Amino acid sequence: MINLRNFSRELLLVCKTKGKNGMGPNRKHLKGIKVSHNKTTAESETETMPVPPMVYISMTQHIGVPCRPLVDAGNKVKVGQMIGDSDAFLSVPIHSGVSGTVEEIGGFRSVTGGEDKAVVIKCDRKQEISEEVKPPEVKDREEFIRAIRASGLVGLGGAAFPTHIKFDPKNLDEVDTLIVNGAECEPFITSDYRSMMEDTDDIIEGIRLIMKYLEISKAYIGIEENKPDAISLLKDKIETQEIKNVEVVTLKASYPQGAERVLIYEITGKKMPAGMLPAERGVIVSNVTTTAFVGQYFRTGMPLVSKRITVDGSAVRTPKNIRVPVGTLIDNVIDFCGGFRGKPGKIIMGGPMMGRSIFSERLPIVKNNNAILAFTGRQAVIPDETACINCGRCARACPFSLLPYALTRAYDRKDVKELKRLQVMECMECGSCAYVCPARKPLAFTNKIGKTMVKEASSK
Amino acid sequence: MINMMKNEYNLKLTVSSSPHLVTDMSTSKIMRYVIISLLPALAVSTYVFGFRAVTLTAVCVISCVIMEYLFNLMVKRKQTIGDFSAVVTGMLLAYNLPSNFPYWMAMIGSFVAIVIVKQLFGGIGKNLVNPAITARVVLLVSFPAAMTSWPLPGTSGADAVTGATPLGILAEGGGSMPSNMDLFLGNVGGSMGEVSALALLIGFAFLLWKKIVSPIIPACYIGTVFIFALAAGQDPIFHVLAGGVVLGACFMATDYVTTPVLPLGKVIFGVGCGVVTMAIRLFGNYPEGVSYSILLMNILVPHIDNFCTGLIYKKTGKIREGAK
Repeated sequence: MINLRNFSRELLLVCKTKGKNGMGPNRKHLKGIKVSHNKTTAESETETMPVPPMVYISMTQHIGVPCRPLVDAGNKVKVGQMIGDSDAFLSVPIHSGVSGTVEEIGGFRSVTGGEDKAVVIKCDRKQEISEEVKPPEVKDREEFIRAIRASGLVGLGGAAFPTHIKFDPKNLDEVDTLIVNGAECEPFITSDYRSMMEDTDDIIEGIRLIMKYLEISKAYIGIEENKPDAISLLKDKIETQEIKNVEVVTLKASYPQGAERVLIYEITGKKMPAGMLPAERGVIVSNVTTTAFVGQYFRTGMPLVSKRITVDGSAVRTPKNIRVPVGTLIDNVIDFCGGFRGKPGKIIMGGPMMGRSIFSERLPIVKNNNAILAFTGRQAVIPDETACINCGRCARACPFSLLPYALTRAYDRKDVKELKRLQVMECMECGSCAYVCPARKPLAFTNKIGKTMVKEASSK
Repeated sequence: MINMMKNEYNLKLTVSSSPHLVTDMSTSKIMRYVIISLLPALAVSTYVFGFRAVTLTAVCVISCVIMEYLFNLMVKRKQTIGDFSAVVTGMLLAYNLPSNFPYWMAMIGSFVAIVIVKQLFGGIGKNLVNPAITARVVLLVSFPAAMTSWPLPGTSGADAVTGATPLGILAEGGGSMPSNMDLFLGNVGGSMGEVSALALLIGFAFLLWKKIVSPIIPACYIGTVFIFALAAGQDPIFHVLAGGVVLGACFMATDYVTTPVLPLGKVIFGVGCGVVTMAIRLFGNYPEGVSYSILLMNILVPHIDNFCTGLIYKKTGKIREGAK
């Protein structure tokens, strides 16, 4: 029998495919948008960039409490040496990726516009490895979590959430699924793809370690269908090594497939309201690069001191994937990629959909950077906003079926009650609505402010 | 502070909120697609009524664009003629007129559509009702004789022979009824744009292919007219093809600004238009009811939208207190 209530909801919300909820081939997909992939650097193998003359290692490279510098000006440091740490719960240590002398420690204007502290190291280019660097030996879960913290690992998909806290949820007994996120749905970025192609064994080893110490019975590797080479490579490895309970899931190539809440739904069928932790649904999500690092750390003992980043965009002469020490300035990175082509108008840290545009090219690379994109011309200017014509494209694009056109009207009226009723808090700022808007309204931006308004109103 | 910005700000970078990419589909591109989709009907109209179809359309388009330009200039508003919406309005207005309609009357229609209906309410996106439909209704009540003397196919200019439209024949008798095939192809008297259902449907198929419009409203509108006529014991195909149902359903009732956004709202809107059209045709004094039905439903759109939004957010309306 047709369920009338569901039917009217379907009609209201336009669903792309029909089918029952839950696992299985007929499961309903969340809505997404088609963006041009622009993965021009997909086949460019990672080049290691020479050590720059100076690095500026920020003490705020994770969500939580900034680190306290452990070194002073004039101290010698080596590769892998811990140079910053904090006693706070939500923090991870920071290590040096270069050998050299600490020049100074001071504040600088960070990407967000606030003031952060940085340790400036003049590199001697000898790259001497610190004696601290040795593969960790762990016997149980506690030691595993401690080792993860000591490695300085944060969520490398972009969020920079301390991984050891993510791996240590209160209800670990209920967690039975690990999802490795290899969707990489942002245009231009190919660093996760290169990680899957180049660090395949480390990914498999990372999954094995996480499953072993967190006692997780099932793991999925979610990869978008536009990366067939990575899918077949990982499938082969799993088959030839006869690894059980690890499955590669081919995802639809649609943005924002790699967003945590979307990915969990697409792979497990579990719905996640905003603010809920994946562990509450029995799931832990870990980015492929994060997972690869776990495997690599237990093999080499080298903490997180360098990052693979995609350098691309119309303003970069030779786009490529490179590995750079954390703390390298962006203009050193660009110089290594042949310098700017034309005058760049916009530089983005991260992907073009959710990344942050920055105010200067002289800012340091941090742990969670996965791309530096520079654009010229039309792509670099804020497009002219025109009036909303009520076309409804934003509502059809939203993965969570919000009504961005109604939200932006409520925002214009500063109507907090209406913003709350239209569930602005469910917005994850993926930017799909603003991408499809023919009137170029900054819908993701107004939702962002709308969320702050609701938070402020409810904290009063 | 560390002096890492030795050459700080020398690049003059744009800093804005994400996303940093936008689709190439813009308002003006949408309007250009609508213009393209209206061209087949203009071609048929020119074939049937002669070159005056082109000149009348040109008069409407040019006067609409000039009036929008002058109004924006006068009230110091940002110029909006670049979005091509005034061109679309002008074309739709022309399609709603008989081909021998006087130019000066057409200019009055353009004034009503652009200045009164669109710009006085705030310009594109802010108008409550469809500008072209409203202008047609105003012209119909102001110049009933000129609006209802239709040149017959193959005659034009000073020696044009005028006659009744098929719906007029149905309502008042007299004259001979054209066949449904003539109606489909456009070999009948009537407003310029509404004569050939085939040409309109070709244009509409283009819009569907480009994903500019949703088929929900036209399907519900035409479906309702069909069923209503069947229930009243009349030829349903005749009622769909004669008059402005196809033009109205495909191009006027799919205007984004004056129709509901949510799919359920579109269903309500389409069915409502169909019911009102048929009620006027069968029980009213006018032979034709498309303009009035769309105009009436336009006014109800805010209520339909509120009703549909209420349906979504009543059930899931419990606000999560996760923010605390």
